[in-house]
Amino acid sequence: MLKRTYEHIDSIGRAILSIRAKGVHNKEMAEVIYPNGQKALAQVIALDGEKVTLQLFGGGYGVSTDCKIRFMGKPIEVGFSEEMLGRIYSGTGQPIDGGPELLADMIRVAGPSINPVKRLIPKEMIRTGVPMIDVFNSLVRSQKIPIFAKAGEPYNRLLANIATQTDADIIIIGGVGLKFDEFHYFRDRVEEAGSMNKTIMFVHTHRDSIVEGLLVPDLALAVGEKFALQGKNVFVLLSDMTQWSDYLRQIANAQDQIPANQGYPGDLYSQLANRYEKAADIDGAGSVTILGVTTMDDVTHPVPDNTGYITEGQFFMKDGYLELFGSLSRLKQQVNNRTRSDHRSIMNAMARLFSEAEERVKAKKFGSVKDDYSLRLLKYRETFQRELMDPFRFLELEDALDLCWEVLAHHFKPEEVGLSSKLIQEYWPEDNAFKILKVDTHE
Amino acid sequence: MDKTLGKVSSVSESLVGANHLDGPVMNGEIAYITIEGGKRLKAEVIEVKEGGKVFLQVFEDTSWVKVGDPIEFTGHPLTVTLGPGILGTVTDGLQNPLYELAKQEWFLERGLVVEPLDTDALWKFTPQVKKGDRVTGGTVLGHVPEKLFQHKIFVPFDLYGEYTIASIADAGEYTITDPIASIVDAEGKTRNLQMAFKWPVKKSMPFHIRSVPSKPLPTGIRILDSLFPIAYGGTACNPGPFGAGKTVLQHSLAKFSQADVVIVAACGERAGEAVEVFKDFPKLEDPRTGHSLMDRTYIVGNTSSMPVAAREASVYIATCVGEYYRKQGLDVLMLADSTSRWAQALRETSGRKEEIPGPEAFPMYISSLISAFYDRAGVEQLPDGSVGSFSIIGTVSPAGGNFDEPVTQATLLSTGCFWGLSRALSDARKYPAIDRLDSSSSYPSLLRREEVNALKALLREGKSIASNILLMGEKGITDETYIQYQKSELVDAVFLQQNSFHEVDGVTSPERLRMMFDMVWNIVDAPVTIKGKTEIRSHFNFLRQAFIDWNMLLPDDAGFENQEHQVLNLIKKGQHA
Repeated sequence: MLKRTYEHIDSIGRAILSIRAKGVHNKEMAEVIYPNGQKALAQVIALDGEKVTLQLFGGGYGVSTDCKIRFMGKPIEVGFSEEMLGRIYSGTGQPIDGGPELLADMIRVAGPSINPVKRLIPKEMIRTGVPMIDVFNSLVRSQKIPIFAKAGEPYNRLLANIATQTDADIIIIGGVGLKFDEFHYFRDRVEEAGSMNKTIMFVHTHRDSIVEGLLVPDLALAVGEKFALQGKNVFVLLSDMTQWSDYLRQIANAQDQIPANQGYPGDLYSQLANRYEKAADIDGAGSVTILGVTTMDDVTHPVPDNTGYITEGQFFMKDGYLELFGSLSRLKQQVNNRTRSDHRSIMNAMARLFSEAEERVKAKKFGSVKDDYSLRLLKYRETFQRELMDPFRFLELEDALDLCWEVLAHHFKPEEVGLSSKLIQEYWPEDNAFKILKVDTHE
Repeated sequence: MDKTLGKVSSVSESLVGANHLDGPVMNGEIAYITIEGGKRLKAEVIEVKEGGKVFLQVFEDTSWVKVGDPIEFTGHPLTVTLGPGILGTVTDGLQNPLYELAKQEWFLERGLVVEPLDTDALWKFTPQVKKGDRVTGGTVLGHVPEKLFQHKIFVPFDLYGEYTIASIADAGEYTITDPIASIVDAEGKTRNLQMAFKWPVKKSMPFHIRSVPSKPLPTGIRILDSLFPIAYGGTACNPGPFGAGKTVLQHSLAKFSQADVVIVAACGERAGEAVEVFKDFPKLEDPRTGHSLMDRTYIVGNTSSMPVAAREASVYIATCVGEYYRKQGLDVLMLADSTSRWAQALRETSGRKEEIPGPEAFPMYISSLISAFYDRAGVEQLPDGSVGSFSIIGTVSPAGGNFDEPVTQATLLSTGCFWGLSRALSDARKYPAIDRLDSSSSYPSLLRREEVNALKALLREGKSIASNILLMGEKGITDETYIQYQKSELVDAVFLQQNSFHEVDGVTSPERLRMMFDMVWNIVDAPVTIKGKTEIRSHFNFLRQAFIDWNMLLPDDAGFENQEHQVLNLIKKGQHA
């Protein structure tokens, strides 16, 4: 296709530019050619008569009215090849690890969604070794689930742990707005775990333009989806989607779009959904599982709020613990009836008692907790947190379930826990032998 | 008639501007944009502006559209095809059958079009009118068997005035495109009719005679059927934050509600949830009919990653299908999940058109659109004396779980039941997490009115005692008050809470509901003479345990009566401590 060059730049902003041109396609890729011959990528995002609006991958700083725009006659694409494993790429798909550029097939980015009838109902549990996940909110192959956490929580450590401790064929890390040391951390963890040869990284750090950051999830997911179509089970890690949403807000704002909530564009939900919905267990092929990070202070903020409506649950991290309340795996019911006969029931009983204990925490502030049962509930809550909520304590599911029974038996009588008599007969620890408890309580 | 042609003048995501039109244009008409390479993108005219400019919302991704691309206007609004063969199918938001599309491509590529209904299938037609009969829109021409019932073939509802039957097909097998009858109007003009016809999706089908919803629609969910019931032909909404159990509730309703036809409109929600329905339902048996659940179900889905403009269409298509099966004299239940996503799609388009925004940037007209949508539900007395109903249950997904936002507020004004989902209840694993005190219904319950009032009074009392305990501790209240508190907690635990994943407890028939309520009220009525908080708590723990064990058994199961006696014995034990 003919490449056409235009030079009537009308306006230049922080991340977008407009120019008068004809015959340009919506979403077409273009090059900004500086007077000194340097080039930067751009993409068409709106057309109005002869006015063409482009988003600038290199940002608007330094772009001058005597720059030229060359339309490339092709949509955005990314390379795809097995050779990419072990390599690190930028948000435009260029290698940034000093290695050679690869001759790869080019594949489309942000393609249409898979026909729902080609999806399988997710049925395969992914064992992570994290008790709060395996017991209380089981992760399922092809699930899309983010970690909700404040900035500064060890969410990237958990993300890297889950990806490398499980049986993924391919790990694709999409880093959006990473600090340089976070980027390093990911690489080191993957290398330590010996997983580098099945990993591809697409990385945007704060120094790079926001438009590059916006593209990272699309590139990571396009490559991941292609591997899945070849039968691979792919894990895509996206950290941090809140920063990604902020970039989206900046671009929408630069285009004078009417903002919806807190300045975010009205299509924030659709934009997030288009990415997360790439997670799928594909009939006759492999799967894409997406683990994201959504940094937040308040769960009602538009980004975690919209995300929660899209993803299949969330892992809620606070003060280094994985919280029981606030965390949810919507797919757990698909798998936790086929693990061990007590799994579902004990999960619910533990949660119900924990919730009762939470009420006592409130009551304690009024000084009204004096009865024995309430005091035991409070002790139970402490033990629960210490023994089970640490996301970096590795336990096999069966050990974690045994531990739950021991925690219960340590604090309660069988009739207090609301479990069926049959289960109690089968599992209630007879001699109160605390094999697994890390620290015994002081009583 | 020549079709109007025009050209693309602007593109911004799903909104395309057109100009250079060479003929008339209608607001709401369908147009096709031909892009380089020949693909045709379906679009709908949503505004005609001064100076000959027209705005279209495109139902597909607009990548590669360019200024000057040709647009062909069809002269017709967006329609839904109505006729035999809808039940058991799954379509996208524009009524393209998904299983048929999957034969062409794994992905939902642009420009793919498939006939909404199978045009090869043969249907066994039995005529009901004869040559010379006088008919009008809505007259039944005959019927064909579809799945569980006789599907009536109508004279299309938009044919007003009187017609005479010029010919009618003999009994036999026909496809939906075969001519089935011809009718002549007063001026002698002849029209050929087929078993299927098209209906404009945004147009409500007229009621023959509309009546007030008054008969409870059993859902199998105890808290709804007792405290917050919906009626046949009624409307309900279940707003709630994410994670409070909307999806599980919707799936339960789709499975267990006592309706003839269930329509699931998956609007802007997770694809996986729709997949669960259409992959599981064919394997599940409908206990009322013995047939597969899928035989009574139609699923239309524009899931969250499908093009936004088709979200609105998906809701309206589902609604038209609902009205159509009501005209068949059936009880139809539609589950729309989620109306907020539809409203958000409107907000996106409105923003791109640079309309002056209302609260939270939603368009000003959002509330009247929502009200008009729910008003399409209702009970209808049909010309042949039968009665059909169309009930709508809409999910609302309020931003931040805050019910003050415009979509929730408009919905509350338009619906007969409010099932408010609460995160506090779902955190406490008290499912269904429907707020026991704030929810409401304007329809009659399966229980008697005084029973409902007594139940609500007990729950209110329980809540007030709970706050006393919080402030003063258990020691701060008397044993009598503590017993009352335990009774209220017990009613919640064994009657209002329900394990939707359990095969027995997951669905409660009206008869069982009555049985359980009587038992639970036995407990509430019986005096308890036990002294001491610990002893009282322990007594109610045993009662709760025995009751839950009873809930898990069917009346035919071995041990059912035994378990019932255990509960009764415990009640007696509490009386004579």
